[in-house]
Amino acid sequence: MRKRISGLGIYAVAYLVFLYLPVVLLPLFAFNDATIIAFPLSGFTTAWFGQLLEIEALHAAVVNSLWIGVTTAVLSTILGICAARASARFEFPAKRGIMGLIMLPLVLPEIIVAVALLVVLLQLGINLSAWTVILGHVLICTPFSIAILSSAFLNLDRSLEEAAYDLGETKWSTFRLITLPLVMPGIISSLLISFTISLDEFIIAFFLTGNEPTLPVYLWSQLRFPTKIPVVMALGTILLAASLILLTAAEYFRRRGVARSGAKDSGGFL
Amino acid sequence: MTRPLIELRNVEKRYGDVLALAGVSADIREGEFFSLLGPSGCGKTTLLRTIAGFEEPSSGDVFIDGRSMEGVPANQRPTNMVFQSYAIFPHLTVGQNVGFGLRRKGLARADLAREVAGALAMVGLGGYEDRASHALSGGQRQRVALARALILKPRVLLLDEPLSALDKKLREQMQVELRRLQRQVGITFILVTHDQEEALIMSDRIAVMFDGEIAQLDSPQALYRRPVSRRVAEFIGVMNFIDASVTGQGADGVAVEVAGLGRVTLPEAQCPGGVAGGAASVGIRPETMTILFDGAGTQGRVTEGSVEEVVYYGDMTYYDIRLDGVERPVTISMRNLVGRRVLERGERARVAWDAGSMVLFR
Repeated sequence: MRKRISGLGIYAVAYLVFLYLPVVLLPLFAFNDATIIAFPLSGFTTAWFGQLLEIEALHAAVVNSLWIGVTTAVLSTILGICAARASARFEFPAKRGIMGLIMLPLVLPEIIVAVALLVVLLQLGINLSAWTVILGHVLICTPFSIAILSSAFLNLDRSLEEAAYDLGETKWSTFRLITLPLVMPGIISSLLISFTISLDEFIIAFFLTGNEPTLPVYLWSQLRFPTKIPVVMALGTILLAASLILLTAAEYFRRRGVARSGAKDSGGFL
Repeated sequence: MTRPLIELRNVEKRYGDVLALAGVSADIREGEFFSLLGPSGCGKTTLLRTIAGFEEPSSGDVFIDGRSMEGVPANQRPTNMVFQSYAIFPHLTVGQNVGFGLRRKGLARADLAREVAGALAMVGLGGYEDRASHALSGGQRQRVALARALILKPRVLLLDEPLSALDKKLREQMQVELRRLQRQVGITFILVTHDQEEALIMSDRIAVMFDGEIAQLDSPQALYRRPVSRRVAEFIGVMNFIDASVTGQGADGVAVEVAGLGRVTLPEAQCPGGVAGGAASVGIRPETMTILFDGAGTQGRVTEGSVEEVVYYGDMTYYDIRLDGVERPVTISMRNLVGRRVLERGERARVAWDAGSMVLFR
């Protein structure tokens, strides 16, 4: 029997090509032995990766980005734990409205968030620094943390906590011995995703960074120099690989958490 | 007389405008198997959680061992609970689950292991210490939950519909086993259930609850034979109700004119809900009436009717029979003894009944 190629099938393939071809080109040119980004490829080299090791401004940007990413991940996950637990466990007035407003940055254009924050910070006379970037990043990462952690807390059978309390534990030791271990996969997943978002984020970082640029901002500044484009490609390749690894790990932990609490998988980001 | 183990004094619980418990008072004795029975939403689980300390009563008092439980949180009460979902900690092994409550006691490793092994053996799961808890079957989870609660030797074990998640066969087996376990450990059990059969099988005493109140608190036999209201009678087993009117009250009992069956005199004991003049009804259980086959004799009174419906259960047959002069058909159950035939629809039947098995309802 002959298989018919359906219109939807062609659409799906075209969609995937459009989505991922540019991404595939990134590592391709990162290993290409030419300063001009064009076909045909002229040969294999790892020289661009070697050059990465010599640029000090780049190293500073990497350190800056890592520091901002880790801090953002920790802060937004802590906020996420509080909000997710509250929304999963308790009823309070205007709960839906409050949760809706917290989740809003998820769909708000980043440029608006960035400009608005910049205006407010300047009005308040606060100097731009890594901390202002962290502030902006926490704002956009917290909704992701809440979304991930909410499913972890909702999947948690409330009587597990009651049982531990009934068996003589305190509220706090119940949280530590029962709640925390059971939502831990969600927490790890939230940390990884927030970190990844912060690491890749450009617009907010561009507006709110002081004189210590983050990695994406530094990359953007280097695009003005055509000779440096292959180096940027090499760096982009590393970032791409790192992001993929982190997101895969995050999804692994989220699924493990769902399996552990014995619930049905109700989606996720990947 | 010794003081009851648990005293409920006018316990009330409000959630906003909803009255979940409308002033419940009851005494629960040391070592008894006590059931809270009622339809969903009757407040039985709320009452159990109030005893456990998960809910604070809006007013009224709970005493355990003569001590007021006001302000005493669940983790400091001499009660332990078996949850409907069993609440087995999925990230701990069976042994760690069972020993969880002993963690704070600071036992030596060997003592802890011995206690856990003992508790597991008691529920028939000896040697299961190192099993992963998520791999257990429903019945096994139930046993682990029991062992985990009983290892602390509570004064009261609270069971919130512990058998509702099990299939019929396993449930019947666990009913007998729970009863045996309760006798063995001698701890007071309070069971919440909506299954009247389960309550009858297991309990020493049952509190039937409707709308946040205890409608009747009695032994299973008294509850079945002498329900105080039509609602209780309907909830526990099957009962036929026949219109009647109270015509007088004498030294030997209440004179009642029963529609279609004639005049009977019911002693005080058969009027557990009290007596009021005028319109009333009498209740009679299906198994207390007998169909007389082929001219058999009886000492009781006899009336005639026609068979409207026949439901054959194998060991039993249930007949709906329209007795002459009685408005609604009555249900009569007959054991299918050797040589006894099953009547067919439309047949005439002679039915023997006895006023001694009737209950008067207001």
